[in-house]
Amino acid sequence: MTAPSSPGLPDYRAQSPAVAERFRKLQERPVVLEIEHLGRQFPGQAGPVTALRDISLKIHRRELVCVIGPSGCGKSTLIRIIAGLDDPSTGRMLVDGKETSGPCPERGMVFQGYTLFPWLSVKRNIMFGLEMGGMARDQADAEARQWIDLVGLTKFANNYPHQLSGGMKQRVAIARALAPNPRVLLMDEPFGALDAQTRAQMQAHLLEIWRNVDVTILFITHDLDEAIFLADRIVVLKAHPGEVQEIIEVPVPRPRHLSQVTSPEFLATRRRLDELIHPRDVHAPVEKLPIVRLTQAGDDVE
Amino acid sequence: MPRSRRFAIGQPLAPRPRLVLTLLSFLAPLLAWGLVSYVPWIWHPLIRVGSPGDVAWFQPGLLVERRVFAEENAKAVAAGGHAANGTRANPIFLPAPHEVGQAFYTAFHTKPLLRGDLWLHESLALSIKTIFWGFLLSSLFGVPLGILCGAYAPISRFAEPVIDFVRYMPAPAFGALAVAVLGIYDAPKVAIIFIGTFFQQVLVIANTVRRHDPALIEAAQTLGASPRRLLLRVIVPSCIVDLYNDQRILLGWAWTYLIVAEVVGVSSGITFFINQQAKYRNFDNVYAAIIIIGVIGLATDQLLALIGRQLFPWKHTRPSRLSLLLGRLSVGRATAAPSSPPASP
Repeated sequence: MTAPSSPGLPDYRAQSPAVAERFRKLQERPVVLEIEHLGRQFPGQAGPVTALRDISLKIHRRELVCVIGPSGCGKSTLIRIIAGLDDPSTGRMLVDGKETSGPCPERGMVFQGYTLFPWLSVKRNIMFGLEMGGMARDQADAEARQWIDLVGLTKFANNYPHQLSGGMKQRVAIARALAPNPRVLLMDEPFGALDAQTRAQMQAHLLEIWRNVDVTILFITHDLDEAIFLADRIVVLKAHPGEVQEIIEVPVPRPRHLSQVTSPEFLATRRRLDELIHPRDVHAPVEKLPIVRLTQAGDDVE
Repeated sequence: MPRSRRFAIGQPLAPRPRLVLTLLSFLAPLLAWGLVSYVPWIWHPLIRVGSPGDVAWFQPGLLVERRVFAEENAKAVAAGGHAANGTRANPIFLPAPHEVGQAFYTAFHTKPLLRGDLWLHESLALSIKTIFWGFLLSSLFGVPLGILCGAYAPISRFAEPVIDFVRYMPAPAFGALAVAVLGIYDAPKVAIIFIGTFFQQVLVIANTVRRHDPALIEAAQTLGASPRRLLLRVIVPSCIVDLYNDQRILLGWAWTYLIVAEVVGVSSGITFFINQQAKYRNFDNVYAAIIIIGVIGLATDQLLALIGRQLFPWKHTRPSRLSLLLGRLSVGRATAAPSSPPASP
């Protein structure tokens, strides 16, 4: 796999000494989540369809890994399997070196559709996982309050989810997933339903939370800029069947801020992702739609 | 709101036209009834005899068909006698609104004609008791079974086919059986309400529970909820508002089985009252009793809706007309839970 060198942009694999040092340290940390040769087949009308094939991945403690890929690459299937909501056809999954399966609070999940419990207040939503873990009501209450403060929703502790905006709902969902103290936080396109401005705020919030909480994050997205902005490493999947195409170490230094979007490292990584995800768009001309003119001459918009 | 927008599909009504239309909904049939009752040339197919004249079999107050009245008068005049006179009248089974209105008062104060017959309020109490026990017993078994059917496919497959089969059997068909097993007094009546409600209830509740949001189940699972807790802490609360509204509708169905239930064994309750009054040809009392059933049903439903709004602050149930009315009457008092508008993130 060769990266075509482009004028003006560095190689996306080139890392500054600080970034290289950071990755070296990351590698030394213990592996929290490991998946080995994971595969998933679904029964189809014309024989079984392979959604995922031979996915292997090691995620170290407090690493933030993004998974991207074209639609139909099985990235949602992958995260559902890791969450224990779906079973793999082949392969296995280890958390802290121990094989595991099925849903478990050690692997918390944030869904795109918020999935807050509408009958519970913000505080009770966050207490849910704590109570399921057997924590006493008052202790769970106190702990939930800390999480509410952490995501900046102190004033909304007793509101119901339908009274919150999308971004606030997703912050509650993150706090709810983090409250039972998971080893891994799984996020399935969590900001996909938010408008651009809210999404940017939420990305910054997430990095802030991640900095302050001992948690390892696996984040699914289809937004390439989001992946570069958040991730230490980006796992690029390809579709039909879903396989790991490349794992990119993001050369953009931390701490991240929005101004880095135009930095050479960011653009180089972005270019590489574009090549991997939309390979045809780069070379083939855009297909013309067979539209006849329906407007008056002289009424042109372009 | 422009007039044309009122008939736009899916467009909610402003409070004022809402109230007006609600009132009209009751006033329009009342108006039609009043017209038929008070405007002589609309229907009035009979003549109430005033003075009988020389027609031998006429008596004051007798109701005669207009054709017969005319023929008898013609005969009397031809024989050289006096013609009878009278006023046009409606049949006895259609009393005027004011007569029924009076009956709302008099029915409660009319001493029963026969010893052992019950006063109206006693009959009503008996009927409400029958409904209460029938519906309570049915819910005690039907709601949990419905929830289990909705949540667990094996239970659904085992229970629902036979329930689906039995529900097609009309509840009154079990009347004779209920009497044979349970005697002739209150028990078989409760049993008919139970049979009429239970089988529908299981299926309706199961269907509602089946419509739960699977994403919430998955979220709860990733938070460590055990299967048993999923049922009580997620599935039931996620459907509780719909279940509550189902129960309101099912309670309405239970009322429709009341009349059949009350003729099983010894006729009793409001049905017995209605039948007795019909026998005495006190049709004003009959109408009053029927309308009272409607009033009780509507009032119960609206009361339950009002309670529902208090019970489930995160979601409003079907808006209760009573609560709207109360809200309009008590000016300045907030009836709905204050909901702050979504703030920016």
